[in-house]
Amino acid sequence: MNLIQFMGAVDMGLLYGLVAMGVLLSFRILDFPDLTVDGSFPLGAAVCAVLIVSGYNPWIATFCAILAGMTAGFITAWISVRWNILHLLASILTMTALYTINLRIMGRPNIALLGENTIFTPLENSSFPNLYVMPVAMFIVTGFFLLLVYRFLISEKGLAMRATGANIRMAKAQGISANRQTLFGLAMSNGLVALAGSLFAQGQGFADVTMGAGTIIIGLAAVIVGEAFFNPKVILAALIACVVGSIFYRLVIAMALNASFLGLHATDLQLVSAVLVGIAMITPKLRAKILDFKASRSQS
Amino acid sequence: MSKANVVKNTLKTLLLSLSLICPSLADSPHKHVAITQFIEHVAVDTVRQGLLEELAKKGYKEGENLTVHFENAQGNVATAGQIALKFIGLKPDVIVTIATPSAQAMVKAVGKESIPIVFSAVTDPVRAGLVSSLKDHKSHVTGVMDAPPIKEQMAFIKTLLPEAKTIGVLYNPGDNGSVASLETIQEQAKVQGFTVVEATPIKSSDIQAAVLQLLGKVDAIYVPLDNMIVSAMPAVSSLALKHNLPLFSADSGSVESGAFACLGYSYLQAGHKTGEIVSEILEGKDPTKIAVASPGTTDIFINQHALEKLKIVLPESVRSQAHFY
Repeated sequence: MNLIQFMGAVDMGLLYGLVAMGVLLSFRILDFPDLTVDGSFPLGAAVCAVLIVSGYNPWIATFCAILAGMTAGFITAWISVRWNILHLLASILTMTALYTINLRIMGRPNIALLGENTIFTPLENSSFPNLYVMPVAMFIVTGFFLLLVYRFLISEKGLAMRATGANIRMAKAQGISANRQTLFGLAMSNGLVALAGSLFAQGQGFADVTMGAGTIIIGLAAVIVGEAFFNPKVILAALIACVVGSIFYRLVIAMALNASFLGLHATDLQLVSAVLVGIAMITPKLRAKILDFKASRSQS
Repeated sequence: MSKANVVKNTLKTLLLSLSLICPSLADSPHKHVAITQFIEHVAVDTVRQGLLEELAKKGYKEGENLTVHFENAQGNVATAGQIALKFIGLKPDVIVTIATPSAQAMVKAVGKESIPIVFSAVTDPVRAGLVSSLKDHKSHVTGVMDAPPIKEQMAFIKTLLPEAKTIGVLYNPGDNGSVASLETIQEQAKVQGFTVVEATPIKSSDIQAAVLQLLGKVDAIYVPLDNMIVSAMPAVSSLALKHNLPLFSADSGSVESGAFACLGYSYLQAGHKTGEIVSEILEGKDPTKIAVASPGTTDIFINQHALEKLKIVLPESVRSQAHFY
């Protein structure tokens, strides 16, 4: 792996760290398996790309992308809580609908942003070395939103949301409106994912209707890998862990792209990344087992 | 050792071992071509096949004086971006991109660096933001655009089926190429007096239902250069034939897979043309001086079996020019 590739993986990992935080909010904190993200990621990209191409300020475009993502999350939550439809099913409904909606928003399957003015343009034109611009910019953005989410989750409102996910009956008994928490939590989660989508479109130079495929898997893998590595006990650690997990996942892909020396083909990529992520998840458990074994031996 | 240390050391070892196995290509004696492909589809795989055939014909044999670095993003845009970065670090002589998203990711990533990029399987490179214009683009990016000759194709359908009133257009609304040519299809169909009915499956598993939806409504089916539909051609064509519907394809390779007729060129031909451009660059030609090309001349292709089953009589002008399968 060369340096360019390494920095690229870090940049992409930080970007998908936003997705991972969104998934952490829905899957872990709210205990709501939400597949909407496969639709809200390209939704963010679509809204942002269309607005930029129409001449709007890229910052406004990015902000609108977040709002669009929040709406998508809100709709999933609304279908689920208002009509009492299974969470997984509600999110599949929204995700499926979003494919068509994204096509409608863009008017065609692919919009190019190459050469357009994006929020990264001033950085790209600066004297700052090109290699480090994107990773540093993404570090700032992801770091900012990580702190924002953290501040929210340790506030009283955030505590109510965490309680809803941890024990819904107890939360209700404390006078928390579980429905409201779900609505707001999913809006927040998908807002983060749509933000990631809009940043992706601006960073990579295009929005494509197929770009959402597998977003949930990447986000979930990042969350689980982060947990396997750090075994986080507090909320800040959990947030950092999922971003680090996301960077790790991207590094794994970069490694898999360099795995041809093992006799692997380009088309084996998915399997290689699955195996590497699998190893990453199993290793800490194996280590704990070995430590246990050693401890029991020294005792006897 | 603390937990954090274990993680740190593991990562360090991994990075170190990786830097060892990925040497730079700067000093190697023979040529390096890096291919980044967005997705696996019979259609786009054929482009790659044509490219390699053409390079071999021009004397660049894989394993002898040519190393081909091939990566496939398997439909994942983020991976396409990472592949682009890998190739920039690799510094090959030419980078070939197959399908629009891979081309866009590559062009964006390469930025001001001047590695020649040759795109293929792109229908509208200007709209995709790859080049500013087809001829005088002044950039290190050039390639092959496979916009099908729709005007001629619609006239061709009219010649073979003078009675036809309605044609069904079968395409994936998520396919950039198909959607880019859709406007022209509608325009040209109108010129020939056809009414257009669209059938738009978004995944392979929806194709059958989409074809069945057209039954009884249309006199013929037309398939543009659509990755997904062309890849599913054997199934589509046998279904159409079973219900006696003539199937016209914009890709001539589809006629071999059972489509009734085509006036056009094939993905294979597009691959060959790409190979020509790549070999020109390998021989030292400046990519800024190479205009975006089309895959070459169009030919008429007819599937013999379908012709007999459909009992269509070919006009002499068509019969004398056609290639039969």
